[in-house]
Amino acid sequence: MGPQREEMLTGNMAAAWGARLARAEYVPAYPITPQTEIVETLAQWFADGTMQGKFVTMDSEHSMLTAAGAAAATGVRVFTATSSQGLLYAFEVLYTVAGWRVPLVLVNVSRALASPITLEPDHNDVLAARDAGFLQIHCETCQEVLDSILMAYKIAEDPRVLLPVIVNLDGYYLSFTREPVAIPSAEEAAAFLPPYEPHHAFFKASRPLAQGIAVLGGFIYSYFRYQEQLAARNALAVHDEVAAEFARRFGRSYGPVEAYRLEDAEYALVMSNAFATKGKAAVDLFRQRGERVGLLRLRLLRPFPHEAVQAALRGKRAVAVLDQNLSVGQGGITYQEVAAALYHEPSRPLLLSCIGGLGGKEISAGEFEEVLELMKEAAATGQVPGPQLLYTEGEQTQMAHLLDIAGKEWG
Amino acid sequence: MAIEHAYKKLKEISLEEFILPGTSTCGGCGGLEALRLAHKVLGKNVVFVNAAGCFTLLALFPFSPFKGSWLYTTMASAPAGAQGIRDALDLLIARGALSIEEDLQVIVLAGDGASYDIGLASTSGAIYRNLDFWYFCYDNEAYGNTGVQMSSATPYAARTTTTPAAVLTPEGTELPKKDLFEIWRAHCPPYLATVSPRHPLDLARKFEKAKAFKGPKLFIAYSPCPTGWHYDPGQTPEIARLAVETGLWALKEAVHGEVAHTYIPKKLKSVEEYLQAQGRFAHLFHPVRQEAALRKIREAITQYWAPYLRTMQNAK
Ligand SMILES: Cc1ncc(C[n+]2csc(CCOP(=O)(O)OP(=O)(O)O)c2C)c(N)n1
Ligand code: SF4
Repeated sequence: MGPQREEMLTGNMAAAWGARLARAEYVPAYPITPQTEIVETLAQWFADGTMQGKFVTMDSEHSMLTAAGAAAATGVRVFTATSSQGLLYAFEVLYTVAGWRVPLVLVNVSRALASPITLEPDHNDVLAARDAGFLQIHCETCQEVLDSILMAYKIAEDPRVLLPVIVNLDGYYLSFTREPVAIPSAEEAAAFLPPYEPHHAFFKASRPLAQGIAVLGGFIYSYFRYQEQLAARNALAVHDEVAAEFARRFGRSYGPVEAYRLEDAEYALVMSNAFATKGKAAVDLFRQRGERVGLLRLRLLRPFPHEAVQAALRGKRAVAVLDQNLSVGQGGITYQEVAAALYHEPSRPLLLSCIGGLGGKEISAGEFEEVLELMKEAAATGQVPGPQLLYTEGEQTQMAHLLDIAGKEWG
Repeated sequence: MAIEHAYKKLKEISLEEFILPGTSTCGGCGGLEALRLAHKVLGKNVVFVNAAGCFTLLALFPFSPFKGSWLYTTMASAPAGAQGIRDALDLLIARGALSIEEDLQVIVLAGDGASYDIGLASTSGAIYRNLDFWYFCYDNEAYGNTGVQMSSATPYAARTTTTPAAVLTPEGTELPKKDLFEIWRAHCPPYLATVSPRHPLDLARKFEKAKAFKGPKLFIAYSPCPTGWHYDPGQTPEIARLAVETGLWALKEAVHGEVAHTYIPKKLKSVEEYLQAQGRFAHLFHPVRQEAALRKIREAITQYWAPYLRTMQNAK
């Protein structure tokens, strides 16, 4: 293990460090809160010669991601970042560049979507992109942000994968929170991540190539889409190989999921991103009074690690998926994915869906208590209620007050 | 850079074809003819960055009629695709990963809908950033690929599938054509020109001249479209000739924003000859002559050419 100095970094700074250590050569950018600090930092590093290559401010995220994909299709390593409205503004380009099979890395700093327009996080932005052909890694800590970006390039550039990756971190809770982060040396990072030298993506005079070409005929289209699916499934094994090498070199190991005090747990919470830290704290409190509760953190969202989820939740009495997102008219998004993963388990746990933390709303100790109660009740009765929308009495009082000021009634 | 060809005679235009025949475009497609001519001047070392439109189906897996390279992007962001490719080529060449002989000219290929409407911001961005690229807009004055709907390049009084000539809208399209030349010119690009496939020497000279400039080199090609404009495909050259001779399509260029007309008709032909040759204007004549609409069209032409009238008269 090489020398790694430690610094207090925000999640955004950790993301910028990830791009820097990955030697990203091209960064097209567009500002949006809470991501902006990432591109500001990179702009500075390109301007003072710390990073080599080019930083360019584009006219929109739609243009930004097109430029990012086109540059990667020409043969350079590309990094870019956005949030929320920006990610959705680039929506068609997500699918487009994934189909180009370009292994760029995009950091999304989660922020809830309008309307109403807001700044604080939930995961409707990044999960809207879940079908686009990007792999997705969701991070809990600033350290994990830096590490995941380095790993993301290595996974993406693997010839068995060749798909872009979104590395997600929560706005505010992670983007602007400082934590101690071990920063690998440039040499160590370079030894882990060799230069990007694609054989499939180039533009040069001696070898004309058509990329992103149109097809007519479902069987041709399906062929290319199936290739994306197979490549994404390959990424499960590639992720584990890359994670193992990362652990060897840097002493930090990451699985597709993280099991926290889950081994002997009867009840489990399923969470992702920064609020998993709150979930773990709740688990610790439950454990102190002898409750057998654990937590499963979803880290690799695409490809979805079905087997890891099955193994982690096997034998639990009840599981509550705490979604910080809302598929309006359906419920929690990751709930559906966990449910699909567990469906064929011979004895599967009861599975509850809770929605919480939308737009950065706190998930309080009381709400975690309520979730545990719901799980116990379900275990006792065998009855599983529909999606539970978490909201505290205190919040209700405050909201009623605001509605009163606005001249509206609760309802 | 020295100008290699003066393009004084047609035979100076290369006989080499860079777009091979047998594509999915309609017979008589004026835009493809303009592109074919332009390509002869540009040579083979190009990468087209395409926006959704008729020409997207030129390259259709596993075939491409182009001798050069191709990237289909989206409808709205081809100029940003050009940015990514240009920047990446520059980076690769600068660090020695790609030899200079491997360099390509990056050319956005987009229709009028992509250029005048949905991709305008992306284009503005690329010009503003002084990107070293070419832009070839084939202007068939409608959203062709989706079945000839009105775009902001559709001229006043043309009938499209979304601007029907009907009881409440007897003239069809009610709004005048957007002036993309002037919008682009406001960015002060090094080189900007209009071209027409019926004026191959003028076209070739302009592409040749543009080679000397680093930065945006922008072209709007008049692109008669038999399918959308409702005329016989064999009439494309004649339609294109009339567009210029009636003064509807001005052949001009702007070097660093300074405008010059490269061809000024000696006398403007009657615009009715042009209009009557195309089904998209038929409602202006049948069942009744729409006098007011015709006057409006004539007046717009007169107004445009007024500053040059003396030149025209002197030339007489
Ligand atoms: C974002 C988006 N909106 C709409 C379309 C549908 N579309 C495909 S081609 C086309 C027409 C393009 O018109 P134009 O740019 O004038 O080129 P032409 O078809 O005439 O060659 C449209 C609207 C699309 N591909 N993408
Ligand atoms: S519709 Fe018009 S522009 Fe499109 S290919 Fe046919 S002739 Fe050309």
